[in-house]
Amino acid sequence: MSVKVEDKLFLDRFRIDEEPHIRIIDNAICLEECEEQPCLYLCPANVYRLEKDRISVAYEGCLECGSCRIGCPHLNIEWRFPTGGYGISHKFG
Amino acid sequence: MDESFDVAIVGAGPAGASAACGLAEHGVKTIVFERGEYPGSKNVSGGVLYGHDLAQILPDYHERNCPIERNIVESRIWYLSKEGGYSLSYRDRSFSEERKFNVFTVGRARFDRWFAEQARRRNVLVVCGTVVTDLLQDHRNTVVGVSTDRPDGDVYAKVVVLADGINSPLAQKTGFRPEPKPHDVALAVKEVIELSEDLINERFNVAPGDGVTIEILGEVTQGMDGVAVIYTNKTSLSLCIGANLADLAQRKIRPYEMLEEFKGHPMVAPLIKGGKPTEYLAHWLAEGGYDALPELSGDGFLITGDSGMLFNALHREGSNMAMTSGRMAAETIVEAFKKGDFSRKSLHGYVSRLQDSYVIEDLKKYRRFGPFLLGHHELFTTLPKLTSYAAREMLTVDGVPKKRKQQTIWREIRKHISRFRLLKLLWDGWRSVR
Repeated sequence: MSVKVEDKLFLDRFRIDEEPHIRIIDNAICLEECEEQPCLYLCPANVYRLEKDRISVAYEGCLECGSCRIGCPHLNIEWRFPTGGYGISHKFG
Repeated sequence: MDESFDVAIVGAGPAGASAACGLAEHGVKTIVFERGEYPGSKNVSGGVLYGHDLAQILPDYHERNCPIERNIVESRIWYLSKEGGYSLSYRDRSFSEERKFNVFTVGRARFDRWFAEQARRRNVLVVCGTVVTDLLQDHRNTVVGVSTDRPDGDVYAKVVVLADGINSPLAQKTGFRPEPKPHDVALAVKEVIELSEDLINERFNVAPGDGVTIEILGEVTQGMDGVAVIYTNKTSLSLCIGANLADLAQRKIRPYEMLEEFKGHPMVAPLIKGGKPTEYLAHWLAEGGYDALPELSGDGFLITGDSGMLFNALHREGSNMAMTSGRMAAETIVEAFKKGDFSRKSLHGYVSRLQDSYVIEDLKKYRRFGPFLLGHHELFTTLPKLTSYAAREMLTVDGVPKKRKQQTIWREIRKHISRFRLLKLLWDGWRSVR
């Protein structure tokens, strides 16, 4: 099934925090020690993408569920809330 | 903002707003911190709310123009295979008459904003766009206030009420409750699909203002322990689907692909046909039940609602527990002020109140339900397949005698699931809900 998460995120209203609220602590762990890399699949906004030399983090589209933080088998993701008033803002909720 | 208050509340959801309303009624000087740009802007739920619990906080919520989407008059349960499924529903006249607003749907962005406004009118200070980043503690580790992400953002309070929801970086940082493990939560995604009011009335066979809820189990969660729902709003439908986070991680299924497949199911597609998706959201549900409850009171603080993992997965009740726990937190704090004692022991009255109420009693009753689902994945794989097969065969008129059909069906069932396993499923299932 081909569904683009971008089409879904496009429906949402975001106020983007200039400073990322998500950070991979050590990319080497992702590439060398993490076989499963569940962040690439379980994130409902597809924030995490596998690049040649790292996993990139498109924090701008984060839905703020927190799944990556506890789902990372190496607890290698530093995750806080976006600065007050930033991030997603629900219209209906 | 170096100020002091009697009580600081973290989060302006139903738990926080309920606590704030209760405290303000007794003249307790209260401040609420909300990280969103307005209350509700970060909040998600399937979308049902319960009149009974709300009325205990705001008896006149109707006169105060509570933003209700639809009054629920019918509850449906679906058990689906890929190709079809069973539907069981119950509708009652009393749900549109004397029991009206027993259950109703809301959009949280509007409802939570309205609820926080009621607290504001009672002189509660609600500060939006502010993240609570830490708890302030004295030398005896008693919580004495909060730090926020505002400049000079420390605020002192006699009691801090944690109503910051299930996903809490604050909990992770301070350890006021343990960070959930993947199997402790389900990750649900939600899509709001706009449809005209008349079309919804027609498709769900309801009068204007009335609505339907559908709770769905089966193959829609692609073999994972999970659930889906469809709720009617005034001019939209809420579609949610979620699965245990450990299952999702292991199976490598993308939540939005699961949602998309769900929308294409033969029983779902006709309901949403022609609808326009307007919002896409994600949130956790607490799966752990009674055995995953953290310590809900400590020195100088209380934990309410989702933050305390108060969620009854079987009856999809959470917002009611949030409101009632918020109310009970307020009652306990008012008592603590009379005593002038904000220690864990003094605040433990909150836990006793919860224990004496339906909140803990229900969680205890269903403590085996979560493990039952997680331990019986056939509920989401072979069983919906087989039950659908049985119905399909029995309902197909093709000249084959019914007795022979029955024998074929039983053979097929026994091929896929042993009699022992079937009995165990029934026994465990019964035990988990009795």
